[in-house]
Amino acid sequence: MKGNIIKYARDNIDTDVIIPGQYLKIHDYAELATHAMEGLDPDFHSKVKEGDFILSGKNFGCGSSREHAPIALSHSGVKAVLALSFARIFYRNAVDGAFLLPIEIDQDAYDGISEGDEIEIDISQNEVKNNTKHQTYKMKPFSEIIGKIIEVGGLFKYKPDSD
Amino acid sequence: MNIVEKILARGSGKSSVSPDDVVFANVDKVMVHDVSGPGVLKVFDKLKKQGIPVDKLWDPTKVWVAEDHFVPSAEKVSAENVVKLSNFTKNYGIEKHFKYGMGQYGICHTLSHEEAMVMPGDVYVGGDSHTNTTGALGAFACGLGHTDIAYVLLNGKIWFKVPETILFKLNGKLPEHVMAKDVILKIIGDIGTDGGNYRTMQFGGSGIEEMSVESRLTMCNMTTEAGAKNGIVEPDQKVIDYLSSRGATNFNLITGDPDAEYDEVIEYESSELEPTIAKPFSPENITVVREAPSVELDKSYIGSCTGAKYEDLEAAAKILKGRQVKIRTEILPAAISIYKRAMENGLLKIFLDAGVTVGPPTCGACCGAHMGVLAKDEICISTTNRNFPGRMGHVESQTYLSSPMVAAASAVTGKITDPRDLN
Repeated sequence: MKGNIIKYARDNIDTDVIIPGQYLKIHDYAELATHAMEGLDPDFHSKVKEGDFILSGKNFGCGSSREHAPIALSHSGVKAVLALSFARIFYRNAVDGAFLLPIEIDQDAYDGISEGDEIEIDISQNEVKNNTKHQTYKMKPFSEIIGKIIEVGGLFKYKPDSD
Repeated sequence: MNIVEKILARGSGKSSVSPDDVVFANVDKVMVHDVSGPGVLKVFDKLKKQGIPVDKLWDPTKVWVAEDHFVPSAEKVSAENVVKLSNFTKNYGIEKHFKYGMGQYGICHTLSHEEAMVMPGDVYVGGDSHTNTTGALGAFACGLGHTDIAYVLLNGKIWFKVPETILFKLNGKLPEHVMAKDVILKIIGDIGTDGGNYRTMQFGGSGIEEMSVESRLTMCNMTTEAGAKNGIVEPDQKVIDYLSSRGATNFNLITGDPDAEYDEVIEYESSELEPTIAKPFSPENITVVREAPSVELDKSYIGSCTGAKYEDLEAAAKILKGRQVKIRTEILPAAISIYKRAMENGLLKIFLDAGVTVGPPTCGACCGAHMGVLAKDEICISTTNRNFPGRMGHVESQTYLSSPMVAAASAVTGKITDPRDLN
């Protein structure tokens, strides 16, 4: 999976800036996408392209349980968020709803990857490759259940009893 | 095993579980509201298109519904969401639906305890991050998104990674004017907004034993702001009395074993704690009130699941009695039952005499939805739970988080004020 980076070099990007509370009443996914990241970057909607990745620091998606957050990003075209760490509900919503891939990266990757870089994610090797800068980083492997849910395409396709 | 491990073991039919085990736990109660309900219905629509049947819930008697975020409806979209919710409960045979304008209603987390919707030992999930609140009753209470709630509604179970637990021990009774909100803000300030990520935050010690159930609810409520999977207090006689007075019977108390293990134990001396606030723009950005910046406040907001329980209103009334507010002040009791008690016991008169606007139960401005949201550059002191940019309105507004006593004292002076310093 390949994509270009939109980098927010900060920690604690919360759900109130990913999709502000006033839009929680909206359940039309395309409309939610038009307000993605509005609380932090009003230009996000005009600059994001299908297949882009977001790169950010620690505790991405902290705050509320609103599934609107991964929905708004995913329907904006974002296929993965690379971050130093994730808040638990955002992570879980992203995976169980099959909206986007939450990729935990290390400090080297965070420092080394810049806005606009083309990144390739290789889940089978737990690697993140920077095609622009010709560097390769390790990503934190998914836990067993997360890996399986991602593989089948969301919680509803996962069959716990067949383990 | 500790209490959370024991509840999750019971819920998943295992004799024991350990941190990092993945279990599918049977759910005892599930809640949706006017934001997550329509969100879940959207997931149902997707599932239907994929050929997954959604015409029957696993057990409608275990589902309950609240209207809180955008009620009373401010405009058409919110009104339609409330209609969707009514159709949902009617079509699926859900009887416990607390509707505004029809007797008891209020913020979902407040109803969870006011209406004894959740019992000690339950596995309880809700479509809202502050579901953690209800862990104060001794339940495993955890917030989930729409997809997960849809899964629970159809299958009656959900996966959890058994969390590690941090035990916070509070030693001694809190000094006068120091509230549970001050304690939890102090804790979040110390461990940070990701300090509890994926873990349980359990509260114990003599300070917690001394605390009322409502104060414990405040503690567990804001474990969400430290990223915790859940907050919990081991149930005791106070919980039994609290729930019994609200009609509950048949208690199945689960507590931790004497040799229970914790990932970390962090102790606090109550006597060392002081009225505390979180400055913009993060709940971890704390300071004691006596060292707060001198800012001219525009507004004081006493509301939400965090800060508008009966005890919170009582604390605000103690400060506001015989005084006048200097800035716009709103008080929104978190449920009709609380509103009614506030009326019966004379609290509403104290508030109205002080110049306060008393509003209906709603999440309202806490989440920037409606009913008193902030304009650009407005500064608010609030008994709510988050102060991220734009949380209560304009992205360039500012929110200071505080206890009800500090919010009331600040309403009187127009500056951030320690209630101990009020003349």
